[in-house]
Amino acid sequence: MNDITLKKDIARRKRFDLIFKWVGVLATLVGIVTLMTLLVDLSVDGMGKISWSFFTSFPSRFPEKAGILSSWVGTTLVMLVTALVAVPLGVASGVYLEEYARKNWVTTLIEINIANLAGVPSIVYGLMALGLFVYKFHFGLSVLTAGLTLSLLILPVVIIATREAIRTIPMSLREAAYAAGATQWQMILHHILPYSLGGILTGVIIGLSRAIGESAPLITIGALTFIAFLPPAPVTGSFPFINFDWLSSPYSVLPIQLFNWVSRPKKEFHLIAAAAGLVLMGMTLLMNGLAIWIRYHYRRKIKW
Amino acid sequence: MVNTVQPSTGLPLKADVKDLDFFYGTHQVLKKVSLPVADKKVTALIGPSGCGKTTLLRCFNRMHDLYPGNRYGGEIRLQPDNVNILDPKVDPIEVRMRISMVFQKPNPFPKTIFENVAYGLRVRGGLKKSVVAQKVEEALRGAALWDEVKDRLHSLGANLSGGQQQRLCIARALVTDPEMVLFDEPTSALDPIATSKVEDLVEVLKEKVTILIVTHNMQQAARVSDFTGFMYIGDLVEFDVTDKIFTNPSNKLTEDYITGRFG
Amino acid sequence: MTKNITTQPSSGPSGHLPPRGEGNHGFPSPLGRGEGEGPEPLQKNIPTGQPRLSITPADRRRTRMRKMTEAVIRGGLFLAAVFSVFITVGIIGVLGFESLSFFEHVSLVEFLTSRVWTPMFTNPSYGIMPLVTGTFTVAWVALLLALPVGTVTAVYLSEYAPHRLREVVKPFLELLTAVPTVVFGYFALLFVTPLLQKMIPSLPGFNMFSAGLVIGVMIIPYVSSLSEDAMRAVPMSLREASYAAGATRFQTAFRVILPAAFSGIASAFVLGFSRAIGETMVVAIAAGMQPNFTFNPLEPASTITAYIVQVSLGDLPQGSIAYQSIFAAGLTLMLMTLLFNVAGHILRKRFRETY
Repeated sequence: MNDITLKKDIARRKRFDLIFKWVGVLATLVGIVTLMTLLVDLSVDGMGKISWSFFTSFPSRFPEKAGILSSWVGTTLVMLVTALVAVPLGVASGVYLEEYARKNWVTTLIEINIANLAGVPSIVYGLMALGLFVYKFHFGLSVLTAGLTLSLLILPVVIIATREAIRTIPMSLREAAYAAGATQWQMILHHILPYSLGGILTGVIIGLSRAIGESAPLITIGALTFIAFLPPAPVTGSFPFINFDWLSSPYSVLPIQLFNWVSRPKKEFHLIAAAAGLVLMGMTLLMNGLAIWIRYHYRRKIKW
Repeated sequence: MVNTVQPSTGLPLKADVKDLDFFYGTHQVLKKVSLPVADKKVTALIGPSGCGKTTLLRCFNRMHDLYPGNRYGGEIRLQPDNVNILDPKVDPIEVRMRISMVFQKPNPFPKTIFENVAYGLRVRGGLKKSVVAQKVEEALRGAALWDEVKDRLHSLGANLSGGQQQRLCIARALVTDPEMVLFDEPTSALDPIATSKVEDLVEVLKEKVTILIVTHNMQQAARVSDFTGFMYIGDLVEFDVTDKIFTNPSNKLTEDYITGRFG
Repeated sequence: MTKNITTQPSSGPSGHLPPRGEGNHGFPSPLGRGEGEGPEPLQKNIPTGQPRLSITPADRRRTRMRKMTEAVIRGGLFLAAVFSVFITVGIIGVLGFESLSFFEHVSLVEFLTSRVWTPMFTNPSYGIMPLVTGTFTVAWVALLLALPVGTVTAVYLSEYAPHRLREVVKPFLELLTAVPTVVFGYFALLFVTPLLQKMIPSLPGFNMFSAGLVIGVMIIPYVSSLSEDAMRAVPMSLREASYAAGATRFQTAFRVILPAAFSGIASAFVLGFSRAIGETMVVAIAAGMQPNFTFNPLEPASTITAYIVQVSLGDLPQGSIAYQSIFAAGLTLMLMTLLFNVAGHILRKRFRETY
């Protein structure tokens, strides 16, 4: 190839390269711009509706009076159950799989199963909960059912986060613990769990932030959209101070309230739907921020 | 090639290795190794890479149990109770309570200095707080680290320098008053000043505990040990009083290694 | 300090140590002269008494107790791990059980071939195809957006973008995954659809196109994140070889990196597809809930997931055919997801590069 054609070839390819670079920038912007637009749209519509009374009012036929009191209380209670079930189960499974499990068919089965569950559509969890928890176990349309369903939904997330966190711990630390005379569980309790706590917490919070935004499985198991009362409080002023009635109470959650309002034709309902959306986004953003902070904080504290 | 020379000094033995074999899967790493470990003396293991000296060391505290596919043959008899610590019926936890280890790269726990040293006591349980604190101080003194850290016992061990971290690990190994301490190339990751501090420590420690040390550095073995074993591809080629090994070895292979003809 | 060090003659060629008498197990005279040979190597007055024992019977007892509790703990942890298998069993069980009842009343043939899905009518018709076409149409609109955009984003971020830019952009994209799907549904119905209607005046208020586009945006971070990980896993040496041959970044990216990262990128595609067909709320809000046998995204339709939501919102007497129909629909969805996961797995295995 002579000099001129060589130069032309290189110039052509470089031009192509430059064009693609800008295509790449555009593509990256698609996601970011959409996100920004969404946030702006929500704020424009909903910001005006956010007020103290919005947080403390029940839903109503009249959009001016409607609020999210029952929804955010319901969300909090359901999340409580979700966390209390998913965290011990998930961490225990993760610890077993990383520290105890031998390479046999049982372990392989469990691992394939978890990978599979991570990909099951969330509404299928709702269907299972409907048949199993609501009807077969007679838990009914309650906070307990909702919490259990969501905990199963985020279980794979917690297990995977736990395993990843444990994997970062080097063998030399385990050997040092054993060499000092520790048993396996002592090693896990004194070393593995404390050192992986950061990663585990991060995973748990991310899982919970997903669960907060879930509505499909909860609709399936009968979360109601018009609740004008609050479930009984878990902590009371008189003996025995803690009651469990709230577990069997009907409930509503924030995303479902949003869904209900956005499905109505009246524009005023759309505005408060936007407001509810802002509150929901605020909660998930806060949780994701917390997860990032925890990850950063732990990385500085635990060094090896 | 099993041409060992046995010095009959009549010294009491802490441990007696008898025909020790070791297999990684089907690959035999140690071949019928026999050697005496004299009580309250420093025994060094030297040899080129891959000779099996670290493998032999890690048999003493059953470290190989942690990984699947390993197999021991033969015996290591520990005194005074003459128990074969390689016996599957013998609990490795008990063995590790009697024999502690200092690793090649300092590996303090991501905990405070105090908790690092106290760990061996914590897993055992049954000691009062004041007793634990006292033993931690003794161990730190024994590791020549007390003066440097006594004001910051509750700061993180990871903040110490490399040499200090290794002495911290030595204190951790001493706190339980072990019968024997295994040193796996303890100074290979340290600078010369830290190295000489550790070597001085070994000299002093042997008055209380039996020491078995693996080292890549022949001069170190000559400096600190009373007895030396030279290993080559899984065999114990020669074992004798250190002076003899380094001045007048009986085996040609030993001599070649000592004089640097191969390494 | 002289040292009279003499040694015994070496043992014979068999190489075994001479048998040792009782004396070797520890009870010689303190000054350690054995058979008159081999003096102590170190002339120090250290009493060499018997070796000592450093563990007490209390230690032994405590260790034994600890081992018993270890076995219990291990069992408990195992149960926790096995529990996840029970979840799958539960899912299959419930879906299977209710679907079986369903198919006692509805023929499988009608289910699979009829193009009309009207379970709530007095004269109900149970053809799943409209829901399947709805699901597929929304999914391919979503993927038509997400796959190119996601992959190009991944290529740009991993091969072109300066390090600082990547660090800033990636969290933003991850933020997309933090947005609840109902909020996306709101966005699709009340922003995207009106916007599109300005460009396509005939677009109905409920349509699959808006829903599909928004779902596509939702999936972009999954596709781009996984693809980027796959591309970053390709070793620098391959890149260097390509640049050394005179290739541009574009050529390197598309001729060398992407093919090498293919299995990872294929998984990203499969994951994206699974998420798209499993998505519920965006469609329920923005696509209308009318089952409609069509592949035209500019029409309203319902997907399998939206149908389940629609029925759940109403009154559902347990045991009625309408109740059972949502399980049959769910089973269909699961089978579709499973099919794609298996296909993805096979793809990955076939194209997995080892370097």
